[in-house]
Amino acid sequence: MKPEEIERMRDEALDAFAAAGDLDALQAAKVAHTGGTSPLALANREIGALPPQAKAEAGKRIGQARGAVSKALAGRQAELEAERDARVLVEEAVDVTLPHDRVPAGARHPLTTMMERVADVFVSMGYEIAEGPEVEAEWFNFDALNFVPDHPARQTQDTFFVQGTREDGKPTVDDESGIVLRTHTSPVQARALLDRELPVYIVCPGRVYRTDELDATHTPVFHQIELLAIDEGLTMSDLKGTLDHMVKALFGADMKTRLRPNYFPFTEPSAEMDMLCYVCRGESVGNPDKPCRTCSSEGWIELGGCGMVNPRVLVACGVDPEKYSGFAFGFGIERMLMFRHNVEDMRDMVEGDVRFTRPFGMEI
Amino acid sequence: MRVPLSWLREYVDLPADATGRDVQEKLIGVGLEVETVEQLGAGLTGPLVVGKVLTIEELTEFKKPIRFCTVDVGQANGTGEPQEIICGARNFAEGDKVVVALPGAVLPGDFRIGERKTYGRMSRGMICSSDELGMGDDGTKGIIVLPPEHEIGTDATKLLELYDEVLDIAVTPDRGYCLSMRGVAREAATAYGLPLRDPALLDVPAPNSFGHPVQIADPIGCDRFTARTVVGLSPEARSPIWLQRRLQKAGMRPISLAVDVANYVMLELGQPLHTYDRNLIEGPIGVRRAEAGEKFTTLDGVERVLDAEDLLITDSRGPIGLAGVMGGANTEIADPVVDPETGLAQGTTEVVIEAAHFDALSIARTARRHKLSSEASRRFERGVDPQAAAAAAQRTVDLLVLLAGGTAEAGVTEVIAPNAPHTITIPANHPDKVAGVEYGRETVVRRLQEVGCDVYGQDELVVTVPSWRPDLTDPNDLAEEVIRLEGYENLPSTLPKPPAGMGLTDRQRLHRRVGRALAGAGYVEALSYPFIGEQVFDQLLLEKDDPARQVVKLVNPLSDEEPALRTTLLPGLLQALRRNDGRGSHDLALFETGLVFQPGDGVGTAVRLPVDRRPTDEELAGLNAQLPVQPRHAAVVLAGAREQAGWWGKGRPADWADAVEAARSIAAEAGVDLLIDQGQYGPWHPGRCAELSVVVDGVKTLVGHAGELHPRVVKAFGLPARTCAMELNLDLVEQAVDGTLQAPRISTFPVATQDVALVVDSDRPAAMVEYYLRGGAGELLEDIRLFDVYTGDQVGEGKKSLAYALRFRAPDRTLTAEEVSAARDAAVALAAEHTGAVLRGA
Repeated sequence: MKPEEIERMRDEALDAFAAAGDLDALQAAKVAHTGGTSPLALANREIGALPPQAKAEAGKRIGQARGAVSKALAGRQAELEAERDARVLVEEAVDVTLPHDRVPAGARHPLTTMMERVADVFVSMGYEIAEGPEVEAEWFNFDALNFVPDHPARQTQDTFFVQGTREDGKPTVDDESGIVLRTHTSPVQARALLDRELPVYIVCPGRVYRTDELDATHTPVFHQIELLAIDEGLTMSDLKGTLDHMVKALFGADMKTRLRPNYFPFTEPSAEMDMLCYVCRGESVGNPDKPCRTCSSEGWIELGGCGMVNPRVLVACGVDPEKYSGFAFGFGIERMLMFRHNVEDMRDMVEGDVRFTRPFGMEI
Repeated sequence: MRVPLSWLREYVDLPADATGRDVQEKLIGVGLEVETVEQLGAGLTGPLVVGKVLTIEELTEFKKPIRFCTVDVGQANGTGEPQEIICGARNFAEGDKVVVALPGAVLPGDFRIGERKTYGRMSRGMICSSDELGMGDDGTKGIIVLPPEHEIGTDATKLLELYDEVLDIAVTPDRGYCLSMRGVAREAATAYGLPLRDPALLDVPAPNSFGHPVQIADPIGCDRFTARTVVGLSPEARSPIWLQRRLQKAGMRPISLAVDVANYVMLELGQPLHTYDRNLIEGPIGVRRAEAGEKFTTLDGVERVLDAEDLLITDSRGPIGLAGVMGGANTEIADPVVDPETGLAQGTTEVVIEAAHFDALSIARTARRHKLSSEASRRFERGVDPQAAAAAAQRTVDLLVLLAGGTAEAGVTEVIAPNAPHTITIPANHPDKVAGVEYGRETVVRRLQEVGCDVYGQDELVVTVPSWRPDLTDPNDLAEEVIRLEGYENLPSTLPKPPAGMGLTDRQRLHRRVGRALAGAGYVEALSYPFIGEQVFDQLLLEKDDPARQVVKLVNPLSDEEPALRTTLLPGLLQALRRNDGRGSHDLALFETGLVFQPGDGVGTAVRLPVDRRPTDEELAGLNAQLPVQPRHAAVVLAGAREQAGWWGKGRPADWADAVEAARSIAAEAGVDLLIDQGQYGPWHPGRCAELSVVVDGVKTLVGHAGELHPRVVKAFGLPARTCAMELNLDLVEQAVDGTLQAPRISTFPVATQDVALVVDSDRPAAMVEYYLRGGAGELLEDIRLFDVYTGDQVGEGKKSLAYALRFRAPDRTLTAEEVSAARDAAVALAAEHTGAVLRGA
């Protein structure tokens, strides 16, 4: 077996690999030059018949040749695979800007998530969430909260009355039934004080009702969140601090509140609570160039009512007013949503139009 | 309460440069809700002068009568020549004094007055009406005719007090005294730290026995009655301009002198007054309760049937007034009538003035009962200063004498039921403890005195509240007075330290999870109104005896079409679906969770429990038992495509299975097994309705339905075809929650899978087949999944083939082929035994 012969076989193999234009051609060249019937394989087989001296020499030569061949094969294989991959990945490219709205996203109503968000601020402070019925006894909705019967304050809350049955079996008229659609979330205060152990720290989000016709700024069905804290030694400064914390948590660290005296039967002293305008942060005041529609350039937005729980409410709920005091506040969620998210028309929050609700997603 | 700033300055020497906005700010600080500050005269500039009409030439050639006038305006026009003016109004005559806007004047609304040719003549100015000057309604609807005494050429902007600011204050129910200039002035004085000139401090003659007789039969309803008489009133006397203007600015319409004076004094002192034509009263004035059913016609001409609680003013013939609410038509002050023959005015010349104090609650009830809210009743309801009655009567007498040339009779009647002043005892540091601020005794006493209280004592203060503050009854009322005057804005900000809370309850978490799960599945939440009409139950195809037809009704619904509260969420949701569809959104998936209202054993009447103690548990239970049952429901509605068509391929319409899946996902959030059976119920397609049940305390309990809606329901509600829906009772699902989820043990041995296809009758529920396959397969079964349902020739008429993939795995070993086959065969055998299933191809 001549060395030139072996070199020729090797070179032919190397040429064939180099000439292979794709992986299929390389596969054919591989079979032809490294397979069982390839010249080098056949030559290898002949080695056994050689005398010992020639055997060793031929073995070495053929081994070297086969090593060079398989190295060249592997190299060419890698080259061609890289070429193929480059080509295929280009071919497989897609338009990633195609839309994929196969199942359009759903959403929770922003009033729901707004209530949760407010409640969670207080839950994180240690408050618990309390609930109550929407069809409520007048005693809880008014009497226990120190709304004296026939007092003008009672008339300001345009109340839906439920039709009950009189003892003579006839339906009740006017306010006879003593059952109403709750006009505020405050009856939950009375229920909580009656049901829970003192001290009581609760928030009550929920639906409330008043006999207003639906228009851009009114709705007969709306949502409030109520807070009640009853403990030993609570003061109006604690009320102020709690409100300050809430608006910071909900509207930003630079947010401020302002209390103005007001009247509510169930609190005494009572206050109206304003917060710095969420939109202009008070910068529109005295600045006619930058008027603010949200606060009418007043700088403040009215948020709701608050005050120290009237001791008469505590008495009606069996709490000793000599020992315990506390504060309460409540405000409308619709209003908060309107200025926080620039909602212009109350009806958008009422009608259930998916185009309004969808952008609010899961949380607010 | 509308408060003209110029009027307010009469009682308090406010800083000369204080604007309405400044005063507003100060009053807000002490707790008056000053809603707006109206700028009177905004956009108005002169020259505006008094003129005298010299000549009127009627121009008749136009469509409407037009007058060409010459008006003497003195030197105001610079020439002294008569001013020529075209005028369309007709309520004036030659010689009348009028208000003339000369060229160069600008009236509100940017109405510029110039010289111009109109109706063929030159018009050099305008004769003005009150409307054109922004003065409000004066009742004439014509141009202003001034009393003759005003001089020609006088600046009318000053004469008519056209420039002013008016504070509009929303008076809270506890501050009745602020429904008067006197009350607002007191607050302004305190806010500015200035003295108050109290208009109620008048010299009042002592009562005597020869005034108009008054007999009070109900001293609780009426604890004070002052009667004064003025005679010799000139019927043609008119209210002077200053008085008319103050009434107008305060929002009242001038009517006649006697009425205007009574209104003026009411605005000034807060004491409602009534003036009777003395010649129409017979005998003594009485105060008594009405007889039930008694009839009486009030000033507004309405005949009212009275209640036994209504308080009446009477004379010897019967009622002459609904006390504190409205007078009677029978003793009304007559409008002056001018006799055309003599030119003399005829009208009321003698009046009896009533200044009385009535029980607030009684007036409130009467006003409500007769739906008759008047300026008087508004004040009495909120509390009127009883001590001001005599002064108010005196003020009325004085003004009538001054303005109508009358003479006060010497008789002064005063009937007073003795009433001790109200005192409250508080620890001197009570306001400090309420506020969380150390004010100190001195400040507390000073502030209470500013409010009008008499204060005695050191550590314990005995506080006598002023007669005009009936709202001050409790220690905290006094605390509020101190804190508000010290300034709410000066309260520090401290945080209480609540005990550690327990976070959300399981129930609250579940409600949130359900919302998130449904939104995650593509549903959009809607919050619909709970008001329904009962015809909706017919539209929903409910049986006549369906419990959902038992509704809670409202006495005063917003709409008579929807007088009831919902017992199902579907009507509201379907309405929202239809609304969205109508607005062009057709692929819809909506959900709602909310309360429904069931009368249960019937809504009775809730008793009024006491408020001076904790009600007993029995009382509370009795009260709660009167309320309807109010479970929380969850519902979804779907229409159009559930999956959109797109470049990826075809879409998929929403169908019954999506509705059932929504129920499954709710149950999954609750960790509850949902049992699904073929069902039939009202609104749903009879062949495509799933009954949804859960197991509560070992009892299978129906919680709702899901599926495709009945085509008739779809039609009745105007919905897209094949609309689907699900509704279930979330409270019942919650009750089915049974303990905490136990974590599965994960086997790492290999899985063995087996597919079986079973042929069953086509009406056999798949859930049942699966149930028995699971039972038969035993513990080695890890999972089972229905991957195909086939009906057609290969299985024959009335049959269907259900193909299941079964996955087997053991916790402790690799299963042998024999074990797996045996488990599969056992599964098939049990299903065959109970459902008649036959292995396909077997």
